[in-house]
Amino acid sequence: MSIIKINNLSKSFGNLEVLYNISFELEAGESLVLLGRSGSGKSTLLRCLNGLERVNTGDITVAGHKMDYESSKLRLLRNDVGIVFQQYNLFPHLTVAANIALAPRLVRKVSKSDALTLAKEVLGQVGLLEKIDAYPSQLSGGQQQRVAIARSLAMKPKVMLFDEVTSALDPELTGEVLDVMEKLAKSGMAMVVVTHEMAFAKKVSDRVIFLHNGRITETGNPDEIFSSPKTPEFKTFLGAVG
Amino acid sequence: MDIVFQFGPVFKRMDLIIDGVTMTIQVALLSTFLGFLIGIICARIRIEGSKKAKFVVACYVEFIRNTPFLVQLFMFAFGLPQFVALLGFNIRPSPYYLAIIALSINLGAYSTEIIRAGLEAIPKSQIEAAQGLALTPFQIFSRISLPPAIAKVYPALSSQFILHMLGTSVISTISVQELTLSAGRIQSETFRAFESYFIVTAIYFALAIAFRIIFKLAARFALPWLHKTTNRS
Repeated sequence: MSIIKINNLSKSFGNLEVLYNISFELEAGESLVLLGRSGSGKSTLLRCLNGLERVNTGDITVAGHKMDYESSKLRLLRNDVGIVFQQYNLFPHLTVAANIALAPRLVRKVSKSDALTLAKEVLGQVGLLEKIDAYPSQLSGGQQQRVAIARSLAMKPKVMLFDEVTSALDPELTGEVLDVMEKLAKSGMAMVVVTHEMAFAKKVSDRVIFLHNGRITETGNPDEIFSSPKTPEFKTFLGAVG
Repeated sequence: MDIVFQFGPVFKRMDLIIDGVTMTIQVALLSTFLGFLIGIICARIRIEGSKKAKFVVACYVEFIRNTPFLVQLFMFAFGLPQFVALLGFNIRPSPYYLAIIALSINLGAYSTEIIRAGLEAIPKSQIEAAQGLALTPFQIFSRISLPPAIAKVYPALSSQFILHMLGTSVISTISVQELTLSAGRIQSETFRAFESYFIVTAIYFALAIAFRIIFKLAARFALPWLHKTTNRS
């Protein structure tokens, strides 16, 4: 059963075409890595998957929801699709526990005590239970990003989207975030990951899509795509990122 | 001629002063609360309302901020009862209520601009994160945007509220029995003009300082995340 199905997606900002005729499917439990240089459209594609960006044409189905920009239907879709951003975007005025409990409380109408239990559970998953009462400003970047992942997990999503989640972190902090993501992928969470971390793409992903100028230029499983790149664009890209 | 200060006669009318202080505080708190509420609603409209609604709010804010409060007060005090009568209602709102309406509407315009500045400083990414968590637009506004926005403009907002409390003295002109009017009555009874107004001035000063302290303390409870020292580990 495919958890994401994209058919002929195109998107432009004014006259600038950023995504062109994108089609792919992702099976439940798979993790997909989107690669490409900056401006290739990979973040835009990711944001199209939960309706933060609207496409011009194309069909998108995610976690059983057909993309519909009517706000209540969009919320139903986002209920099942978690997203984590480059800049963590924790809510600065809420403690870690409140950051995590907020959406389950407001959207899922979970009781206060159940939400707290849930917060403890997901914080355990990212290894930050002891920070439950801290404010975001009291955490390091890596810790904030792990809390952001926990916050998404608390909604029990069927798909997780990661938008360059380690790009704002110091090199020594990226490891702790990637470890959490790897565990998540191994537990069978379907995920789409925009990243520059080649090691992660090679080791963890089930499939890689390389975008160039808004087009899917190369796609395949990581073993073959990295060892024998077919297009000159992907070869150049691999050469540049090492 | 000797200049002699005589506070005795003024202190004899302590009852008037106490009544005046009570009324001033009451009017200030009530109209600050209502004005703050108007400010929050109008600021939200200015940020994410329809074009028409934005225009209406902009007109309201500019009209209030570019006309004297005294004139606005007279408009409500003398104009509103006339208007109500014209509509066929047989009510005469008391000066107290008219003053509260005028004060709230006046403060509402100023707070709209202050709160709007705070809302504009909220990064768009915060809102996207909340959208990603499937929150409704109202939940996003009330839970995600508003609290940090208020925190950002809290110093400006509390200054405005103190200024507003001092500005309530103007409503003595429509005979609301507040502190300034008490001073007027005492000095016309005792002929001790300087002493009367000196005491009332001191009371206003004390009130302003007290408000400032209360706002500081309130921030500790209402905006706790601002007072956490960063302690990364």
